[in-house]
Amino acid sequence: MIHLEQVSKHYLKKAALSDITLSLTPGTITGVIGENGSGKSTLLKLMAGLVRPTRGSVTFDGKPVTRRIASHVSYLSEQETYYPFYTVQETIDWQASQFPDFDHQIAEEILHFMNLDPEDPVKNLSKGNRARVKILLSLARKAPLILMDEPLSGLDPMVRDSIIKGLISFVDLEKQTLVITTHEVDEIESLLDHVIAIREGKIIQSISLEDLHLEEGVNLRQWMNQTYTSSTRS
Amino acid sequence: MAVQYESTSPIYLQLAEKIRRQILRHELTPGEKLPSVRDMAVQSSVNPNTVQRTYSELERMGIVESRRGQGTFITENEERLETLRDEMRETQIASFVQGMKEMGFASEEILSGLTTYLNNKKGESNQ
Repeated sequence: MIHLEQVSKHYLKKAALSDITLSLTPGTITGVIGENGSGKSTLLKLMAGLVRPTRGSVTFDGKPVTRRIASHVSYLSEQETYYPFYTVQETIDWQASQFPDFDHQIAEEILHFMNLDPEDPVKNLSKGNRARVKILLSLARKAPLILMDEPLSGLDPMVRDSIIKGLISFVDLEKQTLVITTHEVDEIESLLDHVIAIREGKIIQSISLEDLHLEEGVNLRQWMNQTYTSSTRS
Repeated sequence: MAVQYESTSPIYLQLAEKIRRQILRHELTPGEKLPSVRDMAVQSSVNPNTVQRTYSELERMGIVESRRGQGTFITENEERLETLRDEMRETQIASFVQGMKEMGFASEEILSGLTTYLNNKKGESNQ
């Protein structure tokens, strides 16, 4: 699985991430939380091989991560990345042509689950349905690592709920590992095995949800409030 | 919509508690098959790993049995389910009594208060 060893990433002179060391446990769902600009997206892009570390190393099963990791990593960008003139089905076919691990049958099931019409042009879709299409494209790949950057951001509660249910239904944790960045801690809490909190480019906490409940006796939102206030003080 | 979970105890234990209550209410009957891990995860909006832990915990307690390749079933051991009922009553009473003691009520006051309350309830439901 992915391992980061003392990774720093600078954009020009500005440090986006500094001295990050972490390993993902295979078959788990990890949430990366933190304020805007804290480095969450950069962390995911490093794992996806989309940006290179300024210092340190990122490895996948012991091999350095490069752009070619794309065949092992399904990366859902915060940006909208499809062609607006395609229909949903054409978008699916295009994704399938790019990734040999794309599973048409799963795509079909997710399409049905999410109530999407394959004939709809993507540009006519509601924001919620565009988000669902992105989830479909990401989950229909049998990649061992799935990275999702803010999959719930800016969506109404109904759409968020259907996306969370879709995630649970179609992620295969016996073969896949999932990392999600999010602000929606209340809704995502019951989905996570592990949470990593980032502030100003540094990991300020990395803890399993079970330890959080058992040892700290708080939920994720309470813990975030505690963690972020105490790291301001120090 | 997502099920709400309390913050004070791990979700896998809360889910186990919910299933135990369903057994007591006979919503789940001896020998009945529980939903698959994934179906249960979707229904409850929790991580499938969490459901797996819940099922393992219930199995450890002797309340469910997992049969290879078939799934997880409520035990048909009636004796075990009878003791489950006693255990859950005991736990609930213990937490009630602790709360009352913390407020300074004596055993007699708790008992008389409980009797009055139950009698009133009975009166209400008879109307």
